Amino acid sequence: MSARSFPGRRILLVLYLVFTLAPIYWLGHMSLRSNEAITGAFAWFPESFSLANYIGILTDPSWYDGYINSIVYVTINTVLSVTIALPAAYAFSRYSFLGDKHLFFWLLTNRMTAPAVFLLPFFQLYTALGLIDTHIAVALAHMVFNVPLAVWILEGFISGVPREIDETAYIDGYSFPRFFIRILLPLIKAGIGVTAFFCFMFSWVELLLARTLTSVDAKPIAATMTRTVSAAGMDWGTLAAAGVLTIVPGALVIYFVRRYIAKGFAMGRV
Amino acid sequence: MSVAKPVNQRAWWLVLPVLVSVAFSALIPLMTVVNYSVQDILSPSQSVFVGWEWYKEVLRDPELHSALFRQLIFSAAVLAIQIPLGIALALSMPKEGWRSSLVLVLLAMPLLVPWNVVGTIWQIFARADIGLLGYVLTQLGFDYNYAQEPWDAWITVLVMDVWHWTPLVALLAFAGLRAIPEAYYQAARIDGASRWAVFRYVQLPKLRSVLMIAVLLRLMDSFMIYTEPFVLTGGGPGTATTFLSQYLTQKAVGQFDLGPAAAFSLVYFLIILLLCFVLYNFMKSVGAGEQQARSA
Repeated sequence: MSARSFPGRRILLVLYLVFTLAPIYWLGHMSLRSNEAITGAFAWFPESFSLANYIGILTDPSWYDGYINSIVYVTINTVLSVTIALPAAYAFSRYSFLGDKHLFFWLLTNRMTAPAVFLLPFFQLYTALGLIDTHIAVALAHMVFNVPLAVWILEGFISGVPREIDETAYIDGYSFPRFFIRILLPLIKAGIGVTAFFCFMFSWVELLLARTLTSVDAKPIAATMTRTVSAAGMDWGTLAAAGVLTIVPGALVIYFVRRYIAKGFAMGRV
Repeated sequence: MSVAKPVNQRAWWLVLPVLVSVAFSALIPLMTVVNYSVQDILSPSQSVFVGWEWYKEVLRDPELHSALFRQLIFSAAVLAIQIPLGIALALSMPKEGWRSSLVLVLLAMPLLVPWNVVGTIWQIFARADIGLLGYVLTQLGFDYNYAQEPWDAWITVLVMDVWHWTPLVALLAFAGLRAIPEAYYQAARIDGASRWAVFRYVQLPKLRSVLMIAVLLRLMDSFMIYTEPFVLTGGGPGTATTFLSQYLTQKAVGQFDLGPAAAFSLVYFLIILLLCFVLYNFMKSVGAGEQQARSA
């Protein structure tokens, strides 16, 4: 394995994993303790193993509804983003057309607006459309940053499929939609998995837009978590348990797409 | 590298859904903000056109200059640490088997934490009395307190960002590395290439496109960092961790000056756009230069 590895790589990896896991360990550690214990004294390990904080969340609809809402809008966003990005990625990969190179960069510029002031027009726009406090509003708003990324990733995967495959299919009498669904999609399964992971991730962790566009019915879990600051101080234990639970869905998604990532991909455009 | 692509203007139809969906949620708010930025909004029903006034005010604001300066240093540090570290991690990761799966899942975990929760985790993780990091540092004899020492706060925000986002660079670089055909390595081995030469002339050029997206994403996202430092330090102590977004929010929400805040937002957007554009073209020309040199 000489040519590809470098000395000390194991050490680097182990040290980095410790660095990555330490804060997460601390989150898990806190989630098993009571607030008095957390703020009372330092302890390397939880003195008791109490699931009270988790039970509190999983039995209280005002908590677990947040998870359901987040999962609903993230799923809608992921499906929509990948679906509309696929034909666009194919177009960028296979054809040249007026403005194609500029369009690619322009797509990315839509990720570059700092939210603070932009939240207000977003709120006004979705209010005018009567979509405020719906899952679809958050899903649509998150497309601003997910669709460009989805196009970029999928374009790389589609460019990895030889163009002869398209041509053969057309000669065999396949129509474009039939070719696209029957032949191309199975070939870029891995790309769709990886893209879905990235869309899921960026939509799952975003707070500002999701909070602005919702109030009760579609309130995301991340916004629910901001309410744990009360007069009695921070409810650290519940907050930590809720934090642990926010990592679970994403960890499942990455587990399912791990093989696709390990197979590798390049991003063709750029 | 490839045969020229056929020109086909009908390809626009395939791109159209993307354009419409993105323009819907991007252009309409952008136009609204442009509209705010040239008016003095006295009340929801009353506003006066002021032209360039707010832009002039914003560009002369000394506090904005210092926030911009802090921002530039921060984003430069983010890129300087996360890109090389991400590549090094990608090179160190096991390539197959359960170890590879395990490392991928563990490494990606910080990416899946909502941003306000990232701030909360570090808020307590770094506390000297009850947090693991703060406690260990204090036991080792460091006088560490991120809530009071500006330098400690700055470093904590930076380390938090490294923790949060290096996995993204590592995942992208790992996927890029795995896409390199075995034949390239065999050819390099036959040539007796050193480990460094393999990295420099085989791996790095092949990583160019994934690294481009990693650099651009990290540049723009770090330039807009808001939620995590807001929770961790609230921009303090003093103004030590008041980056551009923090300062903008103080202006927009705290003083409720919508006009100047809108002008600020647009200047801010143009700065990010300019930086990304320069970097994008720079990385493209470096790559193109290398490809030419090799084919010559």
